[in-house]
This record gives sequence, structure tokens and C-alpha cells, in this order.
Amino acid sequence: MEIHSEQHDACLCLYPSGEMSIYSAAELKPALLDALARSEEIEINLADISEIDTSGVQLLMLMKREAAVAGKSLKLAGHSPSVLEVFELLGLGNWFGDPQLLPADAIKTRGAA
Amino acid sequence: MSLDLSDALQTFYAESRGLLQEMEESLLRLESTPDDAEAINAVFRAAHTIKGSSGLFGLDDIVAFTHKAENLLDRVRNNELPLNEALIGLLLGCRDHIERLVDIASANAEMDSETREQGEALVAGMRQCMGGAAASLVEAESPLQSVGGGQMAGDVWHISLRFGPDVLKDGMDPLSFIRYLATLGEIRHISTLTDALPGAVAMDPECCYLGFEISLRSDADKARIESVFEFVRDDCQLHILAPGSRVADFVNLILALPEDQNRLGEILVACGAVTQRELDESLAAQKCEGDNQENVQPLGEILVQRQIVQPELVDAALNKQKEVRLRQTQEARFIRVHADKLDELINLVGELVIAGAGAGLLAQRKGDGAMQEATALMSRLVDEIRDGALRLRMVPIGETFSRFQRVVRDVSKELGKDIELVITGAETELDKSVVEKIGDPLTHLVRNSMDHGIESAEVRAASGKSPKGKLRLNAYHDSGSIVIEVGDDGGGLNKDRILQKAIERGIVGANQSLTDREIYNLIFEAGFSTADQVSNLSGRGVGMDVVRRNIEALRGMVELDSTPGEGTTVRIRLPLTLAIIDGFLVGVGDASYVVPLEMVLECVELSEADRQALTHRAYINLRGEVLPFVRLHDHFEVAGKGARRENIVVVQYGGRKAGLVVDQLMGEFQTVIKPLGKMFSRVKGISGSTILGTGEVALILDVQALIQQAAERERAAA
Repeated sequence: MEIHSEQHDACLCLYPSGEMSIYSAAELKPALLDALARSEEIEINLADISEIDTSGVQLLMLMKREAAVAGKSLKLAGHSPSVLEVFELLGLGNWFGDPQLLPADAIKTRGAA
Repeated sequence: MSLDLSDALQTFYAESRGLLQEMEESLLRLESTPDDAEAINAVFRAAHTIKGSSGLFGLDDIVAFTHKAENLLDRVRNNELPLNEALIGLLLGCRDHIERLVDIASANAEMDSETREQGEALVAGMRQCMGGAAASLVEAESPLQSVGGGQMAGDVWHISLRFGPDVLKDGMDPLSFIRYLATLGEIRHISTLTDALPGAVAMDPECCYLGFEISLRSDADKARIESVFEFVRDDCQLHILAPGSRVADFVNLILALPEDQNRLGEILVACGAVTQRELDESLAAQKCEGDNQENVQPLGEILVQRQIVQPELVDAALNKQKEVRLRQTQEARFIRVHADKLDELINLVGELVIAGAGAGLLAQRKGDGAMQEATALMSRLVDEIRDGALRLRMVPIGETFSRFQRVVRDVSKELGKDIELVITGAETELDKSVVEKIGDPLTHLVRNSMDHGIESAEVRAASGKSPKGKLRLNAYHDSGSIVIEVGDDGGGLNKDRILQKAIERGIVGANQSLTDREIYNLIFEAGFSTADQVSNLSGRGVGMDVVRRNIEALRGMVELDSTPGEGTTVRIRLPLTLAIIDGFLVGVGDASYVVPLEMVLECVELSEADRQALTHRAYINLRGEVLPFVRLHDHFEVAGKGARRENIVVVQYGGRKAGLVVDQLMGEFQTVIKPLGKMFSRVKGISGSTILGTGEVALILDVQALIQQAAERERAAA
């Protein structure tokens, strides 16, 4: 699991890539929390997430909550198909409240599930 | 493994029998109050639990049959099937069949063809019921629409999931279970709950904290849905609510869930206690208030404000919560203990009583005041332990009585009589070992009363009685014994016929004069009843001698009262316990004897005048009352002459009194009853033995036999 980060004005953008799963959770949590401590505004770009499981979802939910508690802003962007599928399955789109782009093939995946 | 499993199996059998008992009671209750929702639920729960547990043990026959019965019950529970007498009859039949299946399983036997046929017939009956329901569905369906729209539509299941913290570490991903669940149907709505998610520092990224509330539209049955979570069953809290569950079920669910009560509103929504439309409206309202999550008013509050969730519903939830808590604490008060362990405890207490008596005796001999005080305190505590230990085995007789509801129902159907069972004194307690043995004689008496005691409706009407016959079961405590009465309001016994028959049979002499009561009780005599007399004697007395033998084996007695035209009452008198009694120690010559203390009325000195008279008459004048007596010195042929001063112990049993003439009165004594060997079984007047503190053996007197003997002697002399 690698996290590439970029600073766009006030916003710290994180680009994690690979699996957000139980195997990387222990490593991912401090990295994400550390980023949250550093910036008032954070965007996590999920475009390169190849797979996400419960632990990943849970971490994102934790981040969202921590950000809200600290009065900071945390956005999720560029949801990859596998992230979308899981968010869709768990009905989490509204929970995070970020705009999600639903590509046509993602809708098909949803139908199959 | 086989050992563990067989233990668990035994528990399963015991539990199943308990549940079947409960099921029967509820079904019988439903017969009189068909819309008792609690009773329907109880029946359903019982069937469901039996199915679930038998599945664990791979008892497929039980699972298969119970599953079908459960389906039927589910329809009843959802008010899709009207509960009428025929249906209750069918359900009772199903219950009996399940019981048979459990019996077969516990006997490790194979199902025989008869049972199989019965099962198939029942299944066919159920299918017919279910099929018939579809036609009358429109008429039957008037779902209980509780406040706030209590019912969910269609075949929508509600599933509530809380995963344990270790599932992720164990290599299982909750997501995959939800994905799999989605293959069973359509997930209509899912809420992911993060309430259990701890603070950022404390949160372990490898633990699972999430919970899910899912509403699933599916045709699958509950077992199928449950099987989805089979691998995490031990690691998660799973609640599945069937389609059409009521508000109360949801409320129970809410209470079972770990989340904070403040989120009641939200969870109600998540549970579907409010409809989707109401939910959407509220969501829209919530959206309007802004995007920032933390400032959003809790959905529950909005719902209450907008009066979508009525305050009544919240109140009901709170009330239910109290009830549920109360019930839970009550349930937690009971534990299941193996009967052997109790017996062992009572044996030990028995030994303790004997040892304590020994210590007390030693202290007394030594004359050490402090030591006597210590042993006195100890003996008081031992007393309490003894009573407590015996109470552990005491069970209310109500359970045994209520079993007769079914017997009465079935037999009265069979006989075509309308008979009502009235139970009183159900809370009267007696020793479990006695309860177990009393069932058969009681059944016999009950059947007898119904068959021969209570007349047919026409005869009853002709004699001006209500056409509905009444059978009474009553129990109460009386001087250290329990009295059980089986009474009917039938025609009573025909005295002349009994007497005539008894004379024919040579049981009594032709010119013997007998009281009414003695005549009635002749029907308990062995050899009085044979099959051909059933009709002659309006059937009374079939196997009554067997009943008496059974009761006497328990150190009890049985008697009968009858009033022509008004009915008959059979009274069974039994000792409360078979293990330890309070005794009264008396001395005759060098030997000691124990009289059960409860039977002792008083002790008086034998006056010189009476003593003189004893040689030529068989009774004593006790304050103007005729008191037959037995002189133990003579009865047991104790060597040596009697003491200079003798005493009379006046004993009473079953309403009769007699005097026992003894040399010495030695006071109260806790008596642990040790059975006598077979060799002594023919010795009259002795019911057991016990060990004194000194290590000597004392015999326990069989007061009943002695009283009888005294009475006979008195009559012979007169």
C-alpha cells in the first residue's frame, strides 16, 4: 500500500493505491490520521483502490467522523469501481455525502449483485 | 466428542419436553381465547427452538416435520389463518407427533411405519389448512395496524447484524456475507452503524466495529437466511425478523441491540417501523437543514416532531422494555440442575444430620456448657440446611395438574361428554420424587371419574344438573402431608351394589356392619374389581387396587367420599418428602422408635386406672373420647416387663386417631430415613430405620398401619 500525497492550495490530496484491506489497515490508519492532523482540508482520492473490505470502509468512516469532530473537511473523490460497489452494497453514499460518479459499467455491477 | 454431544443431547431432550409442555398449555389456552397473541407466539417459539436445536444434532426427521408445523404457525401468527378448533386440534396433533419423534430420537430408535404415516397425515392436514387459507386470505387478513404503521409489507425480512471484533482477524469479511445475502433476494435498504467505532486512538484497524440493519426482500425462509451467517454465527449478533412482524417485535429488537437508546428514532426507521415514504420525507427534511453532518438534528427527533413516529409508539417501546427486562431477570433466576446432584446433596445432608446429632450427644454427656452451645447453634444451622436442601427438590404440583387439561380434553371428546377441569391449589409443593410417581395413579383416577363418574349430558339434564360436567383437581398441605383430591360432580357410587358385590366376593361378612365410608373404600380392595364388573358397578373400581398399591408404596393412603347424586371425591394423602422427617423419639424397653412428628397430636401419661383397664378393653378414655391404642411393648414383643410408668403418644393420620403406649418419651429428633432391607418388608408397623447420634439403630413406626391395627382390635373387642 502506497500513499502518494499532493498539496493543492489549502487542500491536502491523498492518493492511496492498491488494496484497502485488513492486510494494509494497520499501516493505513496512522498514515491517514497523520495527514488529517497536518491539514484543515483533505481529499482522499480512491481512484487507485483495487479492492476494499470492511476494515477499509471502517477506516474511511473513522476518518470522516474524526474530521467532523475536529471541524475539518474531508472529502472522498474519484471512487474506483470496487469502492463504488462496496459503498453501494452498504448504502454508504449518503453517509459520506460526497458526489460519486457512477459509470455505466458500475451500474451493471450493481444489478448483478 | 461423543460424550459431550450425548450430554448436550440429554439437555436437548429435557428442554424439548419442557417446550412441548409449554406448547400444549398455550394451545389449550388458545382454545378458550383464540386471539391471545402471546400464546400463539409461545407456541411458535417452542416449535422454532425445537427445530433449531434438533438441527444442531442432525435430527433430520424432527427438523423436517417441525419446519412444516412452523410454517403453519407462522401463518397463524401473521393472522393469515383463523385459529379455530379444528386447527388447534391439528396443531395439538403436530405437537404430539413432535413429542413422538423426540422420544424416538432419545430412544435411539428408527421411526416406525405407523409414526411415519401419522406424520404424513398431519403434513397433509397442514397443507390443506394452508391451501384453504389462500382462498380465505382476503377475509382473514385484517392485520393489526398499530400506531405508526406497525406492519411491514410483503415478504420483507428485517435483519439486524452486529459483527464481533475478531471477524476480520479470523479472515472473514462481513462484506462477503452481505454480498451472499444479496443473492437470496433484493436488499431494499441497508444502514451501516458505526456507533461501536471507538475514538481514533483506541480504534484497532484490524477489529470490526460495524453493525448493519438490513431490510431484505426475499422468498427464502428463515433457516436459509440464517444459514448465510453460519460461519460467523458465534461471532456476531444476528436478529432476523420475519416478514409481517409486529411493532412489538421491532421494539424487542431495539432493546436487544447495543446502540444507545437516544437513537431510538433512527433505529425505528432503520427497522422499518416507519414506512419508506415517511422515511423519505424525513430524509428530505434532514437534507434541507444542511450538509454538515454534525449539526443535523437526529432523525428520530424529526420523526417525532413531524408526528410520523407517534409518542405512543415510543411509550410502548419503553413499556415493553421494562417488561422484557423483568422477564429476563426472572428467567435468569432459574438454573437447570441434574437431579442426581440434588439427591447426592440430600444424602450428604442426611449424614450431616446424623453426625450433628452424635456431636450434640457427646457435648451433652461431657457437660461442657460452651461446647453445648456450639453444638446447639450448629444443629440449628443443620436444620436450616436440611430444610433448604429439601425445598430444592420441591416442585409445585401445578405442572402435573395442568397436564390433565389435555387428558380431560381428549377423553371428553372420546366419550362425547362435555367436561370442564377445575384446578385449585396448583401452587402446593411436594417432593419431585413423589411427583414423578403420582402421575400414573392420578391419570387412572381422572379417567375413571370422567368415564364412570360423570354422567352423560342427557342424564345430567334429567337430574337437573348443568349438562357440563365438572372435574376437580385440588391439592393442599395437611399435617406434614400433601392431600390431592380428584373430584367429580357425577352420580356418586352405588353403595348397595358395592356391598352386595363385596359380600359375594367374600371380602366382608354378610352381617358385618360397615359405615358408608368403609363401604365406598371397599372398591380399593384387591380382588374386588375384575373386568366383568365394570358394567355391573357402573364401572367404578377398575384397577383401583392398583392405584392404592401405588400410593401406599409412597407411604401414602387413598380414600374415597361419595354422595349419591352429587359426586365422588378421591383423596390421596402423601408424605411431602421421602428422605428426612422430623421425628419424635420414644423408648420401649431398651429399644428406640421414631414416630413422625407431624402425626403426633399430644402425649399423656397413662393413668393407673387406664392401665388396669387395658387388660380387658382395647380403648382408652381420652377426655371422654374413645381412643383405640396399641401397646408397642406387646406389638414388638420387647423382652422384659414394661416400665413402671407408661405414656401414651396420641397420633393422628388421615382423620383417625390412636394411642401408642410407650415406656419413655425422648423428645424430638431429626430422622434421616434409611430404607429397610427386603427381608423386613413384611414386618407390619415399621416403615424404615434411622441411625441415632449414638450409632444405634431406631425403627421408624408406620403410624398408618398401627392406627389401622388399633382400630381393628377395638372393633374385634367390641
